[in-house]
Amino acid sequence: MATFQLDIVTPEKTVYSGEIEHFQAPGVDGSFGVLARHQPLLAALGIGRVGFREADGTERTLAISGGFANVSGDGATILAEAAEFGDEIDIERARAARDRAQERLDKRTPDVDVERAQAALGRAFMRLRVSGVE
Amino acid sequence: MATLRQLRTRVASITNIQSVTNAMQLVAAARMRRAQEAIAAARPYAQQLDRVLQRLSSMESLSHPLMIERAVDRTALIVLTSDRGLCGSFNTNSCRHAFNDMSPDDGILAVGRKGRSFFRNRNCEILNDYEDVFRDLSFASAITIAEDAVNRFLSGDVDRVMLIYNTFVSVAQQQPVSEQLLPIAPREGEAAGVYLFEPSPEVLLETLVPRHVNFQVWRALLESNAGEQAARMRAMDNATKNAGDVIEELTREMNKERQSSITLELMDIIGGAEAVAQ
Repeated sequence: MATFQLDIVTPEKTVYSGEIEHFQAPGVDGSFGVLARHQPLLAALGIGRVGFREADGTERTLAISGGFANVSGDGATILAEAAEFGDEIDIERARAARDRAQERLDKRTPDVDVERAQAALGRAFMRLRVSGVE
Repeated sequence: MATLRQLRTRVASITNIQSVTNAMQLVAAARMRRAQEAIAAARPYAQQLDRVLQRLSSMESLSHPLMIERAVDRTALIVLTSDRGLCGSFNTNSCRHAFNDMSPDDGILAVGRKGRSFFRNRNCEILNDYEDVFRDLSFASAITIAEDAVNRFLSGDVDRVMLIYNTFVSVAQQQPVSEQLLPIAPREGEAAGVYLFEPSPEVLLETLVPRHVNFQVWRALLESNAGEQAARMRAMDNATKNAGDVIEELTREMNKERQSSITLELMDIIGGAEAVAQ
């Protein structure tokens, strides 16, 4: 199967760089897949799961906090402010973040920024799902 | 003239100082290397973000609240300094740079303790301050600072946000610069060609703009951090060398002192011996 270059970059580091056959990304209007020789594309991504198959057939998944997928002739790049592979996720921290966000949403005191709390909750859920514990 | 004992104590204490400054220099050197690596690690993201921005800038009809210029009555200045001193003129440089461009109505967002006390001493309005950002530098801090700035800009509290920090030119040189963070300066776009925008250019811009602002702050934090460590490394290197010079000087004085006391004693003995012989 034809392969192409995928880079996953965050402000802190390049999380992944390699030849892949296929990737799946959480577009804001729903998940979509990209194969080699895809038409040039710039897509906004939501909080969610990115899955891809490496050239040797290994399947990998990671959680991202929203960003972009940029597909052009010379390969694809996923930009996210945070991206973590399932086995790198700190499960305890994700659980704590989820509980904290849930608590803020339950209380709804006037100083709670609901939108931010919901986003935090979404991120925590996603990280727990990708890490495979819940 | 100091006594031999006094001189010896001073040499001992300066030797202590020297070992401390030498250790600080080594620590700063290690931190600087790490900071430089962090700058390099951010580069791929920077390039990609820039490409996305260019693609979208080529769409003419696009506009975003953070891109709209308005008459400037009041500016917020984000000034990056260190939390700790002993880094030469590093903090003074960025603070002075900001202070000289400031008008009385402007407010300060101070990142680092040194900047906060600089502007507090001059009775400038401090809108907010951040401490300990550099000790464990993470992108989350950049987001917090950027969101603070964006909120102030959108609420109309300020009409412009500037970012003032020291860039890491080289180990020997850090250059204070001021950059406009908000509103985002318009960019020349490259022809997009046949490109699919998913779901729409508007949504993409909506996603891009806050991330662009976050990243500008992040880049400045990284530069400033590397610059701080470089400045400290050099300051401590100088201090270690100076301590060496002082020790040399004092040792010479000590030897002279010892020699003259021996000479005196000898004269005494000779004098005494002659008196006995007579």
